Amino acid sequence: MANKVYPNAVTAVADQLRDGMTILSGGFGLCGIPDALIEAIRASGVRNLTIVTNNPGIDGIGIGRLVETRQVAKLIASYAGENATFARQYLAGEVEMEYNPQGTLAERIRAGGAGIPAFYTPTGVGTDIARGKETREFNGRPCLLEHGIFGDLALVHAWKGDTEGNLLYRLTARNFNPVMATAAKVTIAEVEQLVQPGAIDADHIMTPGIFVKRIVELPRVEKHIEKLTVRQRA
Amino acid sequence: MPWNREQIAARAARELQDGFYVNLGIGIPTLVANLIPEGMSIQLHSENGMLGMGPFPFEGEQDPDLINAGKETITQIPTTSFFDSVASFGMVRGGHIDISILGGLQVSETGDLANWTIPGKMVKGMGGAMDLVAGVPRIVVVMEHCAKGESRLVKQCTLPLTGKSVVDLVITDLAVFEVRKGEAPALRLIELAPDVDVAEVRANTAADFVESLN
Repeated sequence: MANKVYPNAVTAVADQLRDGMTILSGGFGLCGIPDALIEAIRASGVRNLTIVTNNPGIDGIGIGRLVETRQVAKLIASYAGENATFARQYLAGEVEMEYNPQGTLAERIRAGGAGIPAFYTPTGVGTDIARGKETREFNGRPCLLEHGIFGDLALVHAWKGDTEGNLLYRLTARNFNPVMATAAKVTIAEVEQLVQPGAIDADHIMTPGIFVKRIVELPRVEKHIEKLTVRQRA
Repeated sequence: MPWNREQIAARAARELQDGFYVNLGIGIPTLVANLIPEGMSIQLHSENGMLGMGPFPFEGEQDPDLINAGKETITQIPTTSFFDSVASFGMVRGGHIDISILGGLQVSETGDLANWTIPGKMVKGMGGAMDLVAGVPRIVVVMEHCAKGESRLVKQCTLPLTGKSVVDLVITDLAVFEVRKGEAPALRLIELAPDVDVAEVRANTAADFVESLN
C-alpha cells in the first residue's frame, strides 16, 4: 500500500517546491490555515510564488509568513484587509494582487479541480473585475466568463485524517480547505489527529483520500484567534 | 436628531421577515444581529461556511475554529449547519439567501454600490460582497449619510463599483431611500429620521431623488 504519511511538514513539502510555482492554501482569516506547511515553505526559501487563498492572514501568520519574506510575487485572493505588510508591498507595487470575488474564487477552484475549464457567472458584471473578460447573456442577464484554477501544490488543514488521506474538518475551519484539496497536482494535508482507516465514519468523510497525496500529523496544534469577541455572563 | 449607528441597524432590522435567511456585512450591519424581533425565526448566514450564527461566546468558551466572516469568535445554535466556501457561495449566487444588509462607501442614484476599495489608500478587497449583490434578491445598504462632509449618496460612484444597479434600500443616519430600478429618478425618499426635514436631506445629498414620504 502506498504510504501517504510523512513524518513532518518539512519532509512533506521538500521535493515539491520550485521557484515560480502556484500554491493553493485553505483557510479563512486565521481559521483552518495550514500554518505548519506554510512555515515549511517559508523555511525552504522558495521564491516568486503565486499564492491562491481567500486572504493572506495577518502579518507573520499564515500566508503572512511568506509575505514578510517576500516569497510571494502574486496573490490571487478576495481580501487582504488585515495584513499591513502586504498592504505596504502592494501599494509600493512590489507584489501583484488579483482580486477575485470570494464566490468566484471558490468556484474557479472548484471548476479547476473538477475538470471544468471555464464557466459563466453574474458576479462582477459592470465592475473593474469584468475588464477584459468575455461577457455573454443568459436569460437576459449578462455574465462573465471565469476560468478554472489548478495549482502545482495545495495545502490544507483538517481536524482528523486517516492514513488513506480521508479528511474531516471542524466547524468553520472547513471553509476553502475541501475545494483547495481538489485543485492541484499534489495536495498535502496537515491534520490535528492522524487515525487509522475506519476510525472516521465513512459517511462523515468530507474530502475523500483520492484528493490527498501526503498527510502529516501536527506534533502540536497551535490555533490563533484574530478577533476575540465575547459576551458578559448575566 | 439623526439616527445613531444602533438606530440605523434597528431600522434595517425592520426589513427582516419570519423565516428569512439573512447575510449581514461587517460594521453597522453586524449590529442587526442583536436587534432581531422576538419570536422571529431568522437564520444568519456567514460566508465563511455557516448558517445559524449564535451570539458571541462567554469569556473562556471561545473556539478558534468557530468564527464569522468578520473573523470574530461566535457560537453555534441548534439550527446551525457548517459547509465549505463553494456551498456557501452557491447559497449566495443561487438566490437562496433572502436579504443582505451591507455597509457602503457610496450609493449612486441608480442603485450602484461601491463598498470594497479606495484606490491607492485602502487595500481590502470585495470578499463576498460582489457575489452577494449579484445573487441575493434584496440588498439593503446602511451607512452614514456623509463622510467628511461629502454626500455618500451620489449621482455616479467615483469609487470602484461592487455592483451596478443592485441596491434596493438605503438607510442612513438621516433618512431611508428606496431604489426603484429602471425608473427615473430611481431614488425615492420614503422616511426621515426624527426631527430631520427634507431640506436637511436635500442639503446633504448629491444624488437626485423624489420625495415619497407617507
